[in-house]
Amino acid sequence: LRSPRNPEQKIIKRVIALEGDIIKTIGYKKKYVKVPHGHIWVEGDHHGHSFDSNAFGPVSLGLLHARATHILWPPHRWQKLQPVLPPERKPLHREQE
Amino acid sequence: MLRNALGKTFRFLGYTVQYGCIAHCAFEYLGGIVVCSGPSMEPTIQNSDIVFSESLSRHFYCIRKGDIVIVKSPNDPKSNICKRVIGLEGDKVCTSNPSDFLRSHSYVPKGHVWLEGDNLKNSTDSRYYGPVPYGLIRGRIWLKIWPLNDFGFLRASPNGHRFLDD
Repeated sequence: LRSPRNPEQKIIKRVIALEGDIIKTIGYKKKYVKVPHGHIWVEGDHHGHSFDSNAFGPVSLGLLHARATHILWPPHRWQKLQPVLPPERKPLHREQE
Repeated sequence: MLRNALGKTFRFLGYTVQYGCIAHCAFEYLGGIVVCSGPSMEPTIQNSDIVFSESLSRHFYCIRKGDIVIVKSPNDPKSNICKRVIGLEGDKVCTSNPSDFLRSHSYVPKGHVWLEGDNLKNSTDSRYYGPVPYGLIRGRIWLKIWPLNDFGFLRASPNGHRFLDD
């Protein structure tokens, strides 16, 4: 996605919550956040060392650029990126259910 | 006979694909025609006006204060909104409504812009949903082509008092 702080830069993060979900944040100004309509919550896998939604809040879906599916280089890191949500980052309440 | 028809069909498909690619690149990187709807930019742009937009300004990061821009809606990524840029990152903007007793100001965060419609009484804009990330800007409107009696470059903002000088 395009960085909300620097539009010239693209950043790569994992989607943790979709619109309507309520999640517990790590180091954000509010402890619990309900993701607004048309936005998503993204986090880097390395918690605490990542410039993600815990720094700039929920991001608008319009900033999404693409989905990362595979790692191509270096060759010893060839793999398919798994869409896995870490269990400790599951949302507290899913609006869809 | 059949080979002729097949050859013609493939050539036609080839031209269609080429035309589609060029059109997509043109709209994405150069600009295009936009039909505006809604009352939020009156009197500068009325409902059902047709305007020309260009995308070069957003790619070269030279959107200026006072430009009218097309932006992806922050709350609905499928729709576009058309507003004027009142403040760039670091600018001071007035966030309170005229009816509020105390005027409140804030600074536009890095990487964001503050948008307001020219029709302040009837416009949901940054006063409602806050500053908008620069990455959502799709293009800048520079020429109105319909209705013909209002053809030409767009006027400056009728709300000059909204631009706070440093």
